[in-house]
Amino acid sequence: MDFKNKSIISIRDMKREEIDYIIKSAEILHENWRNYTNYLSDKILGTLFFEPSTRTRISFETAMKRLGGMVVGFSAPEGSSLAKGENLIDTVRVVENYCDAIVLRHPLEGAARLAAKYVKIPVINAGTGAEEHPTQALLDLYTIFKEKGTIDGLNIALLGDLKYGRTIHSLTYALSNYKVKLTLVSPPLMKIREEIMEDLRNNKIEVKETSNLDDVISEIDVLYVTRIQRERFADPTEYERVKGSYRIELKTLKNAKKDLIIMHPLPRLEEISQEVDYTNHAVYFKQVKYGLIVRMAILLLIFGFEIK
Amino acid sequence: MSEQELRIRKIRNGTVIDHITAGNALNVMKILGLTGKEGLVISVAINVPSSKYGRKDILKIEERELKQDEVNKIILIAPNATINIIKDYQVIDKKRLKLPAELKGFPKCVNPNCITNSGEPVETEFYVIQNEPLRLRCKYCQRVTSQDDIFKQF
Repeated sequence: MDFKNKSIISIRDMKREEIDYIIKSAEILHENWRNYTNYLSDKILGTLFFEPSTRTRISFETAMKRLGGMVVGFSAPEGSSLAKGENLIDTVRVVENYCDAIVLRHPLEGAARLAAKYVKIPVINAGTGAEEHPTQALLDLYTIFKEKGTIDGLNIALLGDLKYGRTIHSLTYALSNYKVKLTLVSPPLMKIREEIMEDLRNNKIEVKETSNLDDVISEIDVLYVTRIQRERFADPTEYERVKGSYRIELKTLKNAKKDLIIMHPLPRLEEISQEVDYTNHAVYFKQVKYGLIVRMAILLLIFGFEIK
Repeated sequence: MSEQELRIRKIRNGTVIDHITAGNALNVMKILGLTGKEGLVISVAINVPSSKYGRKDILKIEERELKQDEVNKIILIAPNATINIIKDYQVIDKKRLKLPAELKGFPKCVNPNCITNSGEPVETEFYVIQNEPLRLRCKYCQRVTSQDDIFKQF
């Protein structure tokens, strides 16, 4: 499969074979990444973060540097040409002359697709608006695959803000390529958008919706937790009430399967109690390492290397 | 001369758009980019009686033949409209509205956070994912714009 010079814009553009190929490549790289430490020594990655990011940016920068490559870019628009009113199209046209690939995060949806249209080098979407975060979805799938040995056949619960979370949207689309059961757990206010439900139905994915985790905790194999975002609530009292009912503690897991894994895109605030970190269920810090490997694999693939 | 003809007389050459959904003639002009400053003679009839639809709008544009890709956009707000090309008072061509598979430049994407609504020098682009009722998927942000969303843009 050839990923050379391909942009990674949306998980919706990717077929299952392509996703599986990236997962397979990451798995091989995981074991022998040290053989690849010089592969990108003549490459420069432009990291254009129009929105603050810590984990994703560091993950991409580390991935590039682990492979011997270099990184240029910015991590906030202040002080950049954007603050002077330059549009995105012009910014990427300029950066294209300095770099071999662009990693882009932007507050607006569709920004990565627009950028990719105007440059000849590959663009990797590192999160745009509330809709897309394809490399996060790929690393989430890789985490599930590594921890459970399969993705097909699992009952995967997504918990928290399913309406606005971009990791949720990308992951939902990614999972719809597999034969999974999806359990959606959220406050009624934060239910997944009808449009996405419709796509799930079209893909014949079995979906169960509930607002109560206790009802489903014993059935699920993967629990993917996201933050309940305070800014979405008009009434702070309502936020406090809702927040408490979605906090994962040891007692929440009393009826869980022994091999349930708990994932989180991080940053974690109060939604998972720290006591859970020390159980076998918690894989959210391993997920970070898996993310690094997946991003290394993606970089090698778009620069035309095969991982074997 | 019928009551209808008294309202708008026959035109010699040009385009007649009939059976426009009542109240939408001015929106059709907007879609066609007709501002009145082009110097064309344009007659507009709004909410006239129609045996088929109860009420309808009619637009007559003199000395201008509309092209197929121009008229296609009209279907977004006036799906029943008919288009007659007139020469020497005779109908020489009847154009059928046909919704294309993809649209460019109109309408606006319903998503305020879409990059096409941000002032970037880029036109909107959509895939038509459903004809009836109309649903368009933005090529950039992937959100769906519906018929109702399009009406709200006027």
